[in-house]
Amino acid sequence: MASVQPHRVRPGRGTELLLLVPALAIGIAGYLLAGLGATGAVPPHAMTYAIGTTVLAFAVHVVLRLRAPYADPVILPVVVALNGIGLAMIYRISIAYAARGRDDADIADRQLVWTAISVVLAIVVLLVLRDHRTLRRYTYTAMVVGLVLILLPLLPGIGRTVNGARIWVRVGPVGMQPAEFAKIALAVFFAGYLVTHRDTLALAGKRLLGLQLPRARDLGPILVVWAASLAVLVLQRDLGTSLMFFGLFVAVLYLATERTSWIVIGLTLFAGGAALAAATFSHVAARFDVWLHALDNDVFSRTYGGSGQLVYGLFGMANGGLFGTGLGQGRPDLVPFAYSDFIVAALGEELGLTGLVAILLLYTVLVERGIRIAIGVRDGFGKLLAGGLSFVVAVQLFVVVGGVTRLIPLTGLTTPFLAYGGSSLVANWMIAALLLRISDEARRPVPAVRAIATPDVGVPLPPVDEPRPVGGGRSTGRTGTPAAGTPAASTTAPVRTSTASRAADAPGAPDGPEPDDNPTERLGGDRR
Amino acid sequence: MNTPLRRLATLTLVMFVALMGAATWVQFFQAESLNTDSRNVRTLYREHGNARGPIVAGGVAIASSVPVDDPFGYQRTYADGDLYSAVTGFYSISNGRTQLEKYENDQLTGRSDQLFFSRIRDLLTGRRPEGAAVETTILPAAQQAARSALGDQSGAVVAIEPTTGRILALVSTPGFDPNSLAGHSTSEAGTQYRALEAAPGNPLRSNATQERYAPGSTFKLVTAAAALESGSYTADTPVPSPVEYTPPQTSRPITNFGGSSCGGDQVSLAEALRISCNTAFAELGVTLGEDTLREQSARFGFDDPDLTVPLPVTRSVFPTDLDPPALAQTAIGQRDVQASPLQMAMVASAIANDGRLMTPYLVDTVRAPDLTVVSQTEPQEYSRAVSAATADQLTQMMIGVVDSGTGRSARIDGVQVAGKTGTAQTLEGQPPHAWFTAFAPADAPRVAVAVIVENGGSLGNEATGGGVAAPIAKAVIEAVLAS
Repeated sequence: MASVQPHRVRPGRGTELLLLVPALAIGIAGYLLAGLGATGAVPPHAMTYAIGTTVLAFAVHVVLRLRAPYADPVILPVVVALNGIGLAMIYRISIAYAARGRDDADIADRQLVWTAISVVLAIVVLLVLRDHRTLRRYTYTAMVVGLVLILLPLLPGIGRTVNGARIWVRVGPVGMQPAEFAKIALAVFFAGYLVTHRDTLALAGKRLLGLQLPRARDLGPILVVWAASLAVLVLQRDLGTSLMFFGLFVAVLYLATERTSWIVIGLTLFAGGAALAAATFSHVAARFDVWLHALDNDVFSRTYGGSGQLVYGLFGMANGGLFGTGLGQGRPDLVPFAYSDFIVAALGEELGLTGLVAILLLYTVLVERGIRIAIGVRDGFGKLLAGGLSFVVAVQLFVVVGGVTRLIPLTGLTTPFLAYGGSSLVANWMIAALLLRISDEARRPVPAVRAIATPDVGVPLPPVDEPRPVGGGRSTGRTGTPAAGTPAASTTAPVRTSTASRAADAPGAPDGPEPDDNPTERLGGDRR
Repeated sequence: MNTPLRRLATLTLVMFVALMGAATWVQFFQAESLNTDSRNVRTLYREHGNARGPIVAGGVAIASSVPVDDPFGYQRTYADGDLYSAVTGFYSISNGRTQLEKYENDQLTGRSDQLFFSRIRDLLTGRRPEGAAVETTILPAAQQAARSALGDQSGAVVAIEPTTGRILALVSTPGFDPNSLAGHSTSEAGTQYRALEAAPGNPLRSNATQERYAPGSTFKLVTAAAALESGSYTADTPVPSPVEYTPPQTSRPITNFGGSSCGGDQVSLAEALRISCNTAFAELGVTLGEDTLREQSARFGFDDPDLTVPLPVTRSVFPTDLDPPALAQTAIGQRDVQASPLQMAMVASAIANDGRLMTPYLVDTVRAPDLTVVSQTEPQEYSRAVSAATADQLTQMMIGVVDSGTGRSARIDGVQVAGKTGTAQTLEGQPPHAWFTAFAPADAPRVAVAVIVENGGSLGNEATGGGVAAPIAKAVIEAVLAS
């Protein structure tokens, strides 16, 4: 850690290529096994499918080689594997539906098309967006876009209520779930807004009971978002989407301000709103009832809003047991919506607990990798954006898998990359593209001439109220000389001094931004 | 911002671990109860998708699964369904299952723990799992004889091999054809099921194991056993046998069948049994006392709620808190004392086997699909019902019943049959139930049998155990002895 020897960052494209092989193999083998298990024959278009998915994956790989050579090498293989597993399961379910003569048996082909569209759009994102900081310019545009997308389904004429939740928009033959895209827009808005206002939010205001209370005027935008997510909850009857937005917002707020008070305020607001909604609206209260008493016979057999779907999912997972029935050998078609909201139950049935945990571990790798990118990137906006996007994937997964496994009340959300649905797939591939773009910035070694700092945010306040050591635990990235904060810190927090100075010393303090340019080194020094 | 990022990373990790925990809870810890949930049609679908093991009697499959070309893959079929309906029960998609189909389900589906290695092998070789074969103790000739002899009459026959407890015949009438319920069309099977549910005589319930009746005079065997076991009586001990006996605390007298006398004011115990003298046994019961009778009946298997063969056998009841009038009625098998047909076969079986009651059982061997023996039932002693001396005296007394008493219609040329008739009064104005329980040959018994014909069968109000039930027992005994 103390070495000043420059560390050569390997771009990682070779690693990525190597990892893509098993990732593709999982998807293609799953597709073959699903066909073999369900019909006893190799799927008719197996070769086309294998070549198609391989071409798509390698297209992204090539674009990364050309336009983002330092991008994280793990994200793409993980996403390819998850998407492949999802395609295999949806194909398997479509076989079962076809056997039963259902008219939605074309889901596999449609999802295949959506996969191709998603990959193409992800490539477009990577090609068009050369530097993620460009997005910061569109902070308020993103807010407007995000809010419009959230509220779009409420518009009469184009909004559609599907299965009780009004989260669909349909214009002519094209339907979409705007919330999936709203989460990206809002992540951009939160990152841009909070990176500018983080200090005001963090430092101004009174202290009460050990909590730093924000000033009323700083609360404005936060209340707007709170109101918007409650509107989703109340008007669109969608607890899951509402939870996702609010979780994203509180997380980014906390990342920006490091104030626990925000978490407390955020959770209080949400809990209050949710409690009010539960007391006022029967469908919210019914969700809780279903969660707590899912196996009760009267709840189970309730015709509307009963626990039937949830319990069928549990039956499916229980049927899978530890090792699963094997692809094509279970009865996922007995679970309603096994291809979308309940795809986790279908996977749990046919791949067993082992397979389900493996899938959850893939998500863990994806999310932790995303947060690592946030830690590695140098600018505050990038940190907040990468952190927010990673967390929104985590929250979405938690809400839907937690709902299906009865950890939390069931609310409708799609499982990222796995579940059937164009909006979800496109949006999540775009998130992956954004993370890849940011990671390229995070891992790229900075050439010597790039010492001129990019305009940054989070400039430390004059040490009036609570001086903050910069470059230590609260590194904002590329901020001037880290040693500047140490004197003030040493008087208030001796423990921090040591870490801060260690972090500062390590790569050679006088060199200014140099140490920060090596993410690996900076990471090491930053450990607390 | 890196510290909160790390905390956020920890939080997401905690969230994912919680998800894995929840999945483990559902798929491992809760799986068993979810898989056996009655609302879980999946289990049934899976079972139908696999070859369910056959149920075998005398080397022939009486229930088997044959491959068919429909979404389930296999159709359960019953050869001679009506004949064996009390043994196999039925196996239906929407209406559940009964009897062996229910109580040996784990073996038949191959899910039993004993078939663990067979399952692992199927998993590794990719072979479709198959259920184990359940081989019953039923002797088809005896079963057929019992069924034919009962004919259209409502009732039950149970035959047991006294030395082992093997159940040789288990018949309940009216029976039903399980094939009608095993069809894959749930609406059709549902219609059939509702029709059978509403049918007179409740064919879906087995009279042999699930019903209990007043045992009538066959219970005098228990009273006589209690008297002999007490040590104060032998077969020749004279007992009071008035024309009318009025127990203490009542003014309603007990009379004999048709108001007849028992041939004097005092007869020997053997003579009282031979002519089935009510007054003698009623007074004897009051003399012996409630506790003595209860203990003796319990040693024959009464009041055992847990008896399974493996079909659960309904508990035969010896009533409690009896005043003398009730006790007098109980001692002759009337009023609140109740016995299943299987219970009365156990009484005869214990006397036949020198007082040693063997636990009755219906499943002999369970064989895995590769024909290896998974389990084999070993004969077990249920209880020492009476001493060998008592058993011997009771046997002599029962021979008297068949040779020259109320059970003469069970006589077989060249074979000594020991038996006891019973005619149990039922509701006011209804014909009585006709009972007969017997074993043969008396010196080396090979079969003990109990027969009940509900409401007098074809003879109606004129029915007696000797007239209606004894010929059926005779047919069964002949069938067993001929095999």
